[in-house]
Amino acid sequence: METTILFAPLVGALICGFGWRFIGETAALWTATGLLFLAALLSWIVFLFFDGHTQHIEIFRWIESGSLSTSWAIRLDRMTAIMLIVVTSVSSLVHLYSFGYMADDPQWRKGESYKPRFFAYLSFFTFAMLMLVTADNLVQMFFGWEGVGVASYLLIGFYYRKPTANAAAMKAFIVNRVGDFGFALGIFALFMLTDSINFNDIFAAAPQIAEMKLTFLWADWNAMEVVCVLLFIGAMGKSAQLFLHTWLPDAMEGPTPVSALIHAATMVTAGVFLVCRMSPLMEFAPAATGFITVIGATTAFFAATVGLVQTDIKRVIAYSTCSQLGYMFVAAGVGMYSAAMFHLFTHAFFKALLFLGAGSVIHAMHHEQDMTNYGGLRKKIPFTYWSMMIGTLAITGVGIPLTHIGFAGFLSKDAIIESAYAGGSGYGFWMLVIAAAMTSFYSWRLIFLTFFGEARGNKHTHDHAHESPKVMLIPLGALSVGAVLAGMLWYAPFFGSTERVSTFYGIPQADASGHGETTSHGASSTDTVSHDAPKADDHGTSEAAASDHASDAEGHGDGHHAMFAGKPGEGALYFAPDNNVLNDAHSAPKWVKVSPFIAMLLGLGLAIWFYLVNTTLPARLAATFQPLHLFLKNKWYFDELYDVVFVKPALAIGRFLWKRGDGNVIDGFLNGVAMGIVPFFTRLAGKAQSGYIFTYAFWMVLGIAALVTWMSIGGGAH
Amino acid sequence: MDNILSIVTFVPALAGLILAVFLRGEDAAAQRNAKLVALFASTVTFLVSIGIYTGFDPANTGFQFVEEGEWLLGLKYKMGVDGISVLFVLLTTFIMPLTILASWNVTHRVKEYMIAFLLLETLMLGVFMALDLVLFYLFFEAGLIPMFLIIGIWGGKERIYASFKFFLYTFLGSVLMLVAMVAMYADAQTTDITVLLTHQFSAASFSVLGVHVVGGMQTLMFLAFFASFAVKMPMWPVHTWLPDAHVQAPTAGSVVLAAILLKMGGYGFLRFSLPMFPVGSDVLTPMVLWMSAIAVVYTSLVAMVQEDMKKLIAYSSVAHMGFVTMGIFAANQQGVDGAIFQMLSHGFISAALFLCVGVIYDRMHTREIDAYGGLVSRMPAYALVFMLFTMANVGLPGTSGFVGEFLTLMGTFQKNTWVAAVAATGVIFSAGYALWLYRRVVFGDLIRESLKSITDMDSRERLVFAPLIVMTILLGVYPSLVTDIIGPSTAALVSNFDSALAAADTATQVASH
Repeated sequence: METTILFAPLVGALICGFGWRFIGETAALWTATGLLFLAALLSWIVFLFFDGHTQHIEIFRWIESGSLSTSWAIRLDRMTAIMLIVVTSVSSLVHLYSFGYMADDPQWRKGESYKPRFFAYLSFFTFAMLMLVTADNLVQMFFGWEGVGVASYLLIGFYYRKPTANAAAMKAFIVNRVGDFGFALGIFALFMLTDSINFNDIFAAAPQIAEMKLTFLWADWNAMEVVCVLLFIGAMGKSAQLFLHTWLPDAMEGPTPVSALIHAATMVTAGVFLVCRMSPLMEFAPAATGFITVIGATTAFFAATVGLVQTDIKRVIAYSTCSQLGYMFVAAGVGMYSAAMFHLFTHAFFKALLFLGAGSVIHAMHHEQDMTNYGGLRKKIPFTYWSMMIGTLAITGVGIPLTHIGFAGFLSKDAIIESAYAGGSGYGFWMLVIAAAMTSFYSWRLIFLTFFGEARGNKHTHDHAHESPKVMLIPLGALSVGAVLAGMLWYAPFFGSTERVSTFYGIPQADASGHGETTSHGASSTDTVSHDAPKADDHGTSEAAASDHASDAEGHGDGHHAMFAGKPGEGALYFAPDNNVLNDAHSAPKWVKVSPFIAMLLGLGLAIWFYLVNTTLPARLAATFQPLHLFLKNKWYFDELYDVVFVKPALAIGRFLWKRGDGNVIDGFLNGVAMGIVPFFTRLAGKAQSGYIFTYAFWMVLGIAALVTWMSIGGGAH
Repeated sequence: MDNILSIVTFVPALAGLILAVFLRGEDAAAQRNAKLVALFASTVTFLVSIGIYTGFDPANTGFQFVEEGEWLLGLKYKMGVDGISVLFVLLTTFIMPLTILASWNVTHRVKEYMIAFLLLETLMLGVFMALDLVLFYLFFEAGLIPMFLIIGIWGGKERIYASFKFFLYTFLGSVLMLVAMVAMYADAQTTDITVLLTHQFSAASFSVLGVHVVGGMQTLMFLAFFASFAVKMPMWPVHTWLPDAHVQAPTAGSVVLAAILLKMGGYGFLRFSLPMFPVGSDVLTPMVLWMSAIAVVYTSLVAMVQEDMKKLIAYSSVAHMGFVTMGIFAANQQGVDGAIFQMLSHGFISAALFLCVGVIYDRMHTREIDAYGGLVSRMPAYALVFMLFTMANVGLPGTSGFVGEFLTLMGTFQKNTWVAAVAATGVIFSAGYALWLYRRVVFGDLIRESLKSITDMDSRERLVFAPLIVMTILLGVYPSLVTDIIGPSTAALVSNFDSALAAADTATQVASH
């Protein structure tokens, strides 16, 4: 079944991309979409009935060289199962949505077949993404990693006639390659340290790696810290974290369904997935995870500030994505991987919803994307309006404080902010709270500018604004359900009691009364639980089922606690014995728990004030604080900076090396050494332009060859 | 078939001889016959060579299909293949029919053209099979001549300059190798490569003219061979002949040059330098590794600013060969496996890229990048093929380009993290120049008047690309097809290298006591 999930999208991509000439365009598109829905259905079955045991399904051998042995294989554990449903659900809905959105794309001329190509790319992307999340070794993961990069490149540059789209596509690929550079070095380092690139072996060796030194570049380092930082550099590229984020806003050049699928819900979360997947390593690298926290928090803050002033509807959401990814990294950085996965999970629903909603608006407004030309659309496109509302309520984190009732983002975002506090990262905590206020501000700003107030811009466009077709509204509806319920339904397994979380992820657990500080952890846990993993899990399941109600009601109960136990690599996540963030987060002070809610209200209030009450205020503020406004509007000038520091010098150096290095120095030197031999021969040959010299040479060679042939055949064959 | 190697080697030359003797006239029919004979002969060669692949026993790390006989002047004729050479033989026989097929539009001196290619095939195959020093040298150097002719007669405007530069560069490098070979014969009293492989050349350091030579004879011999192989590869900084040669060579010439001729340098390192002069190799490894890393970065940067498509791809070839030398001198299993894999993979990918240039050059007669743009609108099949090989060139996992790059970097990382890190930046730069080229040629709106009537690839062109596509993806997804064959031989190579070094180490320790 897992193999079917994995390969159905590939088959779809091939049929759609190559077969459409034979079976017709419509049939091809429906085949690809149908296969995706099949994969989604199977994924949900896998997710819901998954028992927590890690399974391996080997497909066939891949790269083998000496002690390096790689296979194409599926690792099925809770992490994989979560990603399977996220990827296939969003992907299948985006396929469906694309029937409407791509129906009459004005970028193409009459009679041009662009749809099969689009669907083939989408399906291919899904396949690559599934390879990434099901990988059981780092190299296969790298395959998926680069595969989604290519799909992203192709889809961003889908409108290949547009120079901006081509530039954005290249930028995305190259910036991602910078991250991949780090990722690859991380893989090499791990192989050098453990002689393997399979997750099982690496995880099992984690405690040893943490003791090792690695000579990398100019110094000796703690091996684990180096590895984790290198892997995280890869994650930074893919998940558009600060310094490697510049490609993501530009990626909005791609068609909107692409933005929803790749640049919001799935691909950009691959970095978070990587860090969580590597939790057995990360737990031994305090400096590296500290670095992750700082980068994540700073990104969350930075992207939110830029989002405040953008006017392109897709770019606002793009920066919002960038910011939300920062949240997830903070959670992973402080050691609360399951909270990171929780936000990844809920974010996929509400961010895909927001993007597809934006697509529906853009579709309605004849591909106008500038919000300054929107206004008053809530009557024209009510269904879109309401689904965007739900998305906004989810992302801004609306819910009832101090309960577990609220939209998806309320639960998952608050979980992260509490974890940041409990994890002892004051910087992370405050950055995220401030970012939460800004998130609320720009999200509501988007809603107010788009759906409220007077119609601005081209009147004709507004008059013809129309609600989107059903194929586009159905995905919006489905995602809305997710944006409302995903948080409440899955709060407990992702961020509930230790028992629930460890059962969900298949992590062995040990009993501990209170926060056992010096419990002889190894001995007790091996004896009681993790010695026989399957048994432990059965035990865990029944126990959890029994205490299901209790632990839910108990919520943040103190007193009797289970503890995460087991060795690195047992279960889908690993929490070190001294990792108490989950419990500490539950027992965080009340002001911490309500702070994101207050921040949300603050942002909402300001947005109402700016865009509903006093609508001339934003322009006046922008004029008064012009330098700041320009700074934000121009995205902190990262693009300009990189152009001056990297792009222009690289080209200049290239030109210099070519003309001076190759031309003057090397050729000049060699010509000098050869005492002008080359020019001399050139002159000589110039005299023999008639070609005689070559004819002579030719027959001479032929003669020699004939001689050699004859002699050797005579000699060789006895 | 006891003498399958000789058959494979000399069938092309025989066909060339037949053409030379029996084919008369320059009319269309004669031209067609010349092409058909060449295609037939090279295809037969390939089919027969499959027998070498199927009959090859990977577990046996010695030489197989060995043929031995007396030759003229008391010299020996000895051929054989092992895990390191056998796939290069296959690569050669695989590529040649495709180059003949790609040359179907040649009209100038077709007969001579085909003879030159057939001869070249024989000589190249001989290089990979020869087990006698003299025989190897003969094939190695004679191979220059047909290539020299191909560039000089069927090349572009600057062909004379380019062909002489090519010839002198490679020939001057080889003179030193000849001197070293004489020294080897003097020392070992044999030219049999199988014996030389087990012979221990002196590694005692000595001083000459006040210069202290660490590693003694081995280092000197290593340097002499290095001069020749480094030019062939080509390594930075002796690479400048390659862009000129590629630009001037006809498409098929570029294909052979990039796909096969360049591999002789890498093969030479594996056949001679590493196993015969382990101490010398070890002494100079840092230099070679750094030259490789510089090559990757330097030529990638240069590739980025090229305006001529062929030059760009030529520079990218030099960068890719940098990974090869790096892997070889990492001298561990991953490095050497990766180097061989990279050479084979580059054989397919660079061949395809030069063919891609050839397809549009045949139509528009220019290689200038700025003369194109928006081809995808009229040439979708071409755009797809070109995209695939562009991605393979930047080392996308799932294509053969990835495996070689990945393994060589992995091997190098264990030896020297600095070199690996510097060379790994090549994955960023390669994406830069390759996608930039693709974008300017294929993407964008088709606005140039001259391109409005350009046609997509015809069935002959598709037929040429099909095998290359299959190999690039097949080896990317299932590289065991290669690593199973080469693995045992490279393992033996690496372990012999290590034990030779260890032995030399104890020897010096004993001497110093």
